[in-house]
Amino acid sequence: MARAAVQRRLTWLPARLVATSAESPRVHRLVFDVPGWSGHLPGQHVDVRLTAEDGYTAERSYSLASPPEVGELHLLVERLEDGEVSSYLTGELSPGDLIELRGPIGGYFVWSAAADQDDRDTGRRPVQLVAGGAGVSPFTAMLDHHRRRESPTPMQLLYSTRDESEILARGLLGPETTITLTRDVPVGWAGETGRVDAAMLLRCTVKPGDSPRIFVCGPTAFAESTATALVDLGHEPTSIRIERFGESKEPS
Amino acid sequence: MTDPVTLDPIAARRLDGNAAGGILAEVFAVDVTAARSRCAGCGATSMLGAHHVYADAPAMVLRCPSCTGMVLRVGMREGRILLDLSGSRLLEIPMPASSGGGPATEDDGELG
Repeated sequence: MARAAVQRRLTWLPARLVATSAESPRVHRLVFDVPGWSGHLPGQHVDVRLTAEDGYTAERSYSLASPPEVGELHLLVERLEDGEVSSYLTGELSPGDLIELRGPIGGYFVWSAAADQDDRDTGRRPVQLVAGGAGVSPFTAMLDHHRRRESPTPMQLLYSTRDESEILARGLLGPETTITLTRDVPVGWAGETGRVDAAMLLRCTVKPGDSPRIFVCGPTAFAESTATALVDLGHEPTSIRIERFGESKEPS
Repeated sequence: MTDPVTLDPIAARRLDGNAAGGILAEVFAVDVTAARSRCAGCGATSMLGAHHVYADAPAMVLRCPSCTGMVLRVGMREGRILLDLSGSRLLEIPMPASSGGGPATEDDGELG
């Protein structure tokens, strides 16, 4: 008889919206209650499925923005101009409404305190996160988890966003975070300004000599240019994990 | 404002193997985004999560990050999942740890 937990295939689970709030002018924080949720690792994502009355379905992937220690699932959903799913999620879905979720998905773009304890050699290496815009979502789960578990792993975040009003999960960001504003810079701004490039990476991220594990998340163009610059600076390509969001109409 | 980073329209829609994790979880009993795949074309090995994904074709297409050759296609049609793995010569899937991953519950208690 099998005594270990049986691996089960993922199925669609009903998820009830508990709360929705504007996190920034374009991004909503949606909080779901998902009975039967199996738990997740920071960095994993879910597929969201909407079904219309005529049976037409649409699916999209969203990173989980909450750590496993939180019972509800938080998603940060950016409203895209031509996005049928994102406009429904941010504009029409109300508390009490049901949608379907499939997850947690992905064992590649993840970080957890427990894994660092199990694998000491890897766990000794610092973690560098680089986010463009809403690409900060999975990193809010990682940072929150890191803090709750009081992980000894050094973790830093470089976060590129257009202007101050678009900073997401602001209450969570601490001294480990460097923010760069790419468009409107308020008077007295003490952080970085302009797009992420090699010089900024050199100034604001863990050095190649410290062998960091690097996670990059954002629009495809942002993620690829950042990864290329990191390799040019001397980071091992295998130490860089990328999560591309696809096209962004509004570059971060 | 001009974007200093320019990609052609197809490249700009590129995603990662991660994006295929959901539909592949309909087929495989374990997560395969952390599995290593050897490209049948060029022989390079990399994790499926690090492959390039083009999601707006009729099927999801995973391409080798080294040679851009087609590695895997997966799609749904009329209630069936279609999986073409002809571009992967070898798929190396980590066994799920029997106790790792989630909160331990099975072996913590006393025998009844």
